[in-house]
Amino acid sequence: MREHVETLNSLGVNPVEVRTLEQLAHVDALVIPGGESTVIDKLTRLFDLADPIKKRIAEGMPVLGTCAGLIMLADSLSDGTSDQQTFGGLDVTVRRNAFGAQVDSFETSIEMPVVSSTPVAATFIRAPIIEHVGPRATVIAQLADGTVVGAQQDNIIGISFHPEVSGESRIHKYFLNVVADALGSSER
Amino acid sequence: MAAQQSEFGGDRVKRGLAEMLKGGVIMDVVTAEQAKIAEDSGAVAVMALERVPADIRAQGGVARMSDPDLIQQIIDTVSIPVMAKARIGHFVEAQVLEYLKVDYIDESEVLSPADYVNHIDKWKFTVPFVCGATNLGEALRRINEGAAMIRSKGEAGTGDVSEATKHIRKINSEIRALSSMSEDELYVAAKEHQAPFALIKEVAATGKLPVVLFTAGGVATPADAAMMMQLGADGVFVGSGIFKSGNPEARAKAIVKAVAQFTDASVITEASRGLGEAMVGINVSDLPAPHRLAERGW
Repeated sequence: MREHVETLNSLGVNPVEVRTLEQLAHVDALVIPGGESTVIDKLTRLFDLADPIKKRIAEGMPVLGTCAGLIMLADSLSDGTSDQQTFGGLDVTVRRNAFGAQVDSFETSIEMPVVSSTPVAATFIRAPIIEHVGPRATVIAQLADGTVVGAQQDNIIGISFHPEVSGESRIHKYFLNVVADALGSSER
Repeated sequence: MAAQQSEFGGDRVKRGLAEMLKGGVIMDVVTAEQAKIAEDSGAVAVMALERVPADIRAQGGVARMSDPDLIQQIIDTVSIPVMAKARIGHFVEAQVLEYLKVDYIDESEVLSPADYVNHIDKWKFTVPFVCGATNLGEALRRINEGAAMIRSKGEAGTGDVSEATKHIRKINSEIRALSSMSEDELYVAAKEHQAPFALIKEVAATGKLPVVLFTAGGVATPADAAMMMQLGADGVFVGSGIFKSGNPEARAKAIVKAVAQFTDASVITEASRGLGEAMVGINVSDLPAPHRLAERGW
């Protein structure tokens, strides 16, 4: 969360935290950070935020989800807990903790042509992967072995890793362009 | 340009996991059943140990790392991160826990220390460590040894939150004091805090610890947990407070709720209603000095 704020600040944007319905109503776009997806799911339902967020995403609000944020954006999970729900919007199937335990967490750099011609820095922390990409979503990031770790569907971007932990700002910059396009087209 | 090789166990990965736990509650569990209740109640992680601190206090004797079977069962039962405790200085217990693939090791004063001089050299491990601290100097010594997360100690197993309050206030006020010092005063501050100058300088410049800071020890109610958050904790460990209470599931959920909206009195009030009996507490002031766990750590 803090590092997302710092990354966006470095790009000239001042994000606000969204914990309530009023705060959600005030934002044009949303970043869903890392954390435990089971907890994000429970708390957003408990505080009646889950349905309003789903509705905003369905209406075209731009969203960037990293790690647990990707899980929340996935239309389906291959290994969710028994009652786990997601916001959905991204036509993918995601597997949680796909690399194993924390000792299997790693930093690397990966090719992400939509964002930059040079590799982007990526930190994978108990990270999920995208097991299946549906026809409405496009692959935007892959590991060297072909594992899909990023997908986009219109204004919705989900990635398995944390660019913000590595001080990587180009993915946020790319997302801000998506936001600017979305706001521009809605005003026309 | 080709993508690089992967690097495991670096600072960003170790400290990063703790970043992802911020705003959450980590619960002590001694069985897989309890771990499942904790996960279902919204814990961001569970801490596996042999006995909760209140029982260690009541039963006495040497408290050690849990049986690997028990830790394995907990790992197999939940999908949230699993932490486990090793004794202070017991680097072989830590090797066992790393082999079991726990997600975090707590080098904990709640267990009986294995070394009264040295803590574990935590840089040697791929798995990250959390360590307790009662003040800034102790926190920075642990970070210097490789801790990737700090928890203020409080007095575990008492249900008395006063020591947790004292320690989180102390750490944060010492950080604020550093921020207002001139650079030449920082040399003396490093001496007084018995901490490395480089870390003192970093804290003075950034106004915060270089790692995530949780609070632990004596938290028993939703209001206790929200108070720790308002005092500047990044999250809360709850030990005996949950599974030594009348209705663990309701209490666990209530504490998660209060921590998530820790400034909203209406949420904390609702969360506090009808939870049944809280754990029976012990006033820290009634504890004779040798039974104060927070004094372990050097």
